[in-house]
Amino acid sequence: MIEPILRVTDLHVSFGAVPAVRGMSYELAAGEVLGIVGESGSGKSVAALAVMGLLPRGARASGSVRLRGTEILGATDKGLAAYRGKTISMVFQDPLSALTPVYRVGDQIAEAVRVHQRTGRGQAARRAVELLDLVGIPEPGRRALAFPHEYSGGMRQRAMIAMAIANDPDVIICDEPTTALDVTVQAQVLEVLKTARGETGAAIVMITHDLGVVAGFADRMLVMYAGRPVETGSVEDVYYRTRMPYTLGLLGSVPRLDRGGRLVPIEGHPPSPGALPPGCAFQPRCPMAVAACGTAEPVLEPVLEPVLEPVPESVGGPRHLAACFRAAEVRSPVRSENAPGEGRARPEPIVLGVDGCGVSRAVDAGGVGVRPESVVLGVDGCGVSRAVDADGVGVRPVPVVLEVDGLTRHYPVTKGTLLRRRVGTVRAVDGVTFDLREGETLGLVGESGCGKTTTLMEILRLVRPAAGRIAVLGRDTARVTAADRMAIRRDLQVVFQDPMASLDPRMTVHDIVAEPLRAHRMGRPGPRVRELLELVGLDPDHAARYPRELSGGQRQRVGIARALALEPRLVVLDEPVSALDVSIQAGVINLLDDLRSRLGLSYLIVAHDLAVVRHIADRVAVMYSGRIAEIGRADRIYAAPAHPYTEALLSAVPVPDPVVERSRRRILLDGDLPGPMGRPSGCRFRGRCPRFAVLGAGERDRCVAEEPEIRWSGGDQGAACHYASF
Amino acid sequence: MTLSREELARVSAGAGRLAVPSRGRLVAGRFLRSGQGRSGAALLALVFLLAFAGPLAGRWSHTDKDFLAFLQPPSALHWFGTLQTGADVYAVTLRGLQRSLVVGLLAAVLSTVLAALVGAFAGYFLGWTERTLMWVTDLLLVLPAFLILAVMSPLFSSGQWPLFVAMLALFLWMVTSKIVRGMTISLREREFVQAARFMGVPPVTIIFRHILPNLSSLLVVDATLNVSAAILTETSLSYFGFGIQPPDVSLGTLIADGTRTATYAPWTFWFAAGLLIVTVLAVNLIGDSLRDALDPERPG
Repeated sequence: MIEPILRVTDLHVSFGAVPAVRGMSYELAAGEVLGIVGESGSGKSVAALAVMGLLPRGARASGSVRLRGTEILGATDKGLAAYRGKTISMVFQDPLSALTPVYRVGDQIAEAVRVHQRTGRGQAARRAVELLDLVGIPEPGRRALAFPHEYSGGMRQRAMIAMAIANDPDVIICDEPTTALDVTVQAQVLEVLKTARGETGAAIVMITHDLGVVAGFADRMLVMYAGRPVETGSVEDVYYRTRMPYTLGLLGSVPRLDRGGRLVPIEGHPPSPGALPPGCAFQPRCPMAVAACGTAEPVLEPVLEPVLEPVPESVGGPRHLAACFRAAEVRSPVRSENAPGEGRARPEPIVLGVDGCGVSRAVDAGGVGVRPESVVLGVDGCGVSRAVDADGVGVRPVPVVLEVDGLTRHYPVTKGTLLRRRVGTVRAVDGVTFDLREGETLGLVGESGCGKTTTLMEILRLVRPAAGRIAVLGRDTARVTAADRMAIRRDLQVVFQDPMASLDPRMTVHDIVAEPLRAHRMGRPGPRVRELLELVGLDPDHAARYPRELSGGQRQRVGIARALALEPRLVVLDEPVSALDVSIQAGVINLLDDLRSRLGLSYLIVAHDLAVVRHIADRVAVMYSGRIAEIGRADRIYAAPAHPYTEALLSAVPVPDPVVERSRRRILLDGDLPGPMGRPSGCRFRGRCPRFAVLGAGERDRCVAEEPEIRWSGGDQGAACHYASF
Repeated sequence: MTLSREELARVSAGAGRLAVPSRGRLVAGRFLRSGQGRSGAALLALVFLLAFAGPLAGRWSHTDKDFLAFLQPPSALHWFGTLQTGADVYAVTLRGLQRSLVVGLLAAVLSTVLAALVGAFAGYFLGWTERTLMWVTDLLLVLPAFLILAVMSPLFSSGQWPLFVAMLALFLWMVTSKIVRGMTISLREREFVQAARFMGVPPVTIIFRHILPNLSSLLVVDATLNVSAAILTETSLSYFGFGIQPPDVSLGTLIADGTRTATYAPWTFWFAAGLLIVTVLAVNLIGDSLRDALDPERPG
């Protein structure tokens, strides 16, 4: 048996009386990638900090962390300095705060080299350039002299990785290394991490909440819930032979790019670490809970697999462990034909939970192999049954509720304090055209900085745009009176991204939901507020609470209730679920979907998460650099993107299915989004375009000279590309 | 949007026993549940009771002089003793307390309200509104408040104390309004304010419903501090003879007079000073627990 590089045994961390990590054990062999997955508050980051000895003051850690056989838990800072950055290094989530702003990037990397190696200044600087080259920074010699603020988010994270591998470490701990990044940049960074691993042979601990990242990157994984690991095993075991209801719920609730259909949320919300339920921490949310679950906490035990192939004995004994009394009865939701050694689909349904209004729902266990149109949704929350039309919105002429035509928003860039002069223009939105029909959901997707939120705010302001035209419910915003505007506001409502920020912390839920009713003088709001809270699946008793006292999902439901108070016809959603945990997200997505069909709403939804949009939108508009790159029916675009940018964007989104994820063709884009100030002539995407790269010289001229307009194919799909692949 | 018939029926059935938990009720409930708040309110009520009902129990009025007792210690005849002039300390102290309470509390509340309004309107609307309001603020900041009050003091003599209160308040609000303006500018960019704007809530309502409540901690603390500031300003003005004019008295004039005799006739000083301390303490207790009650981050 090989000695593991890192062995964590029974690690406990607590802040005062509040436990954050409650008994965590894992082993890491050389070159192995371990994914640690969990929702916020599950203790995954704290556990990593404990391993590095970076816990904040006031935290107590016990247990054992052995690095190559040496105990490092509880060692002094001085003792740890010999290991940190040399044997074990870390990549943090926020690369901006991890780099010192006042030193050049090259110097910072050189410093990391010189701390542990006896090299001269010049040699360390050369090594820094080498490392920057290794992590794929273009012109590394020049870039080494730049300061962190001159780097983009993706480049900073690369620099962090360069620093982490500077001393050829045995273990790299990555704490949500790609969470703050866009998907295309995330794909680049993951690729760099793979290169780094190949180069140094280091083992990697990958901490993330993204099941897709783990599926593509990790060898083994560990799922954490309420400070404890609840399931661990090889990625295939955990995804395809899940034995813990929480993991199962997590996999069922994560939106996936490769299929639409209804998500299955986990009911309730994660327990707060200070007030854990008795027995199994997951028991209150668990659809399979039995009496025994409430009395004792199950320990991680080896799962008895039907042995189909001899499992190679690796480090640390049995590979697949789960902490559940009923582990033997749990079945995986992920399409099992993919799974090696497990060919048959399982027909027996399992009840996955009770939905908001008290009606239980059965979902087919294979869950998934089923095409969306045949999923039986059963009885919906409050007694209205619903059938899903496979083709989404039909072809009937439906009234248009929102028309945006050539919308433009430019911001002047000024310099100087005394004499302000204009030095340039930020073209945040540069001619955007789309329309939204009644009862339809249009998803506006794109990377950060592409202008999607600006577009939304321009629509919401209801004033004449700088250029172009906006018509909401048939009324041109350039020509409305104040009274008209008030009337439009009744029909046009908004749900914001961060429910904590969009709800006045000083108002009770009742006052928040009643506010639009009062603004439009709708009489006594009391009964209506109650009705609205029930509509979004909240207890009417929540009316007396402050937003602070609610969980994230509940807060977002309050935001939705407020938006629906005036019975609007068009609801604008700005990243409605991106601030929520996966298991909560699914519930909110389903709620939005239900409300739309019950109340006949139209949604304009802005999101950076393409998988979320896949689950909710009928039509999608992909924005790039202030313009729409591609627009059309969601199923068409996701199945056959015509614009090379859409194609790249879709290929960058990780799919939480190891076999699918590893066998996918991936298009890596070079570089980052161009700054909105300096924009190339012709097509704005050509600098990163993989299609442009393979074009002949004659064809290229057109991309350089002429800005492409949207061309429509036969159906409802248009792409702004001269060489669109319809 | 229509709800099904059964739902409407159910909702209207439940509507009867619906208690509307709005902010006002919650804050009042939390305030009254805190021991500090209750004792502060009780203390202030007692001080008021003493100031306004107390004189009815005494035998002397604040203008009476007992020429048989100059500078006498407390006795059955003069409960708090007498001054050098033969005036009854009990009577004049309560009369002074009345004036100081009214002047202090009114001036404090007035100046805080003024600061909140000017600051919030300037910060929310920006543009010309802001420039005009801030110009006025700056102007008042550079005017010598004490000098103007001194010049105007003849106007306060003939029972014109409301004017005095207004003038006091007028010179207390500027710094706070600058702070309020700054905080409003950052608040107006917050999502919940934007949400209200997009909901069609009129700007003035947004200021009163979202901006000012979110500054309530600051405003409550400011008002509390202003009570003592107003009483002390009035005291110092009265000390120089510019504030409350004789024969009217205030705690300020009494303390000013009492300091001269405090060492050998402590009763001339300590009753007035003691009541001033109790008043300011009560106001501070109330302010503290009001701030806690307004704070959404506290449980309960």
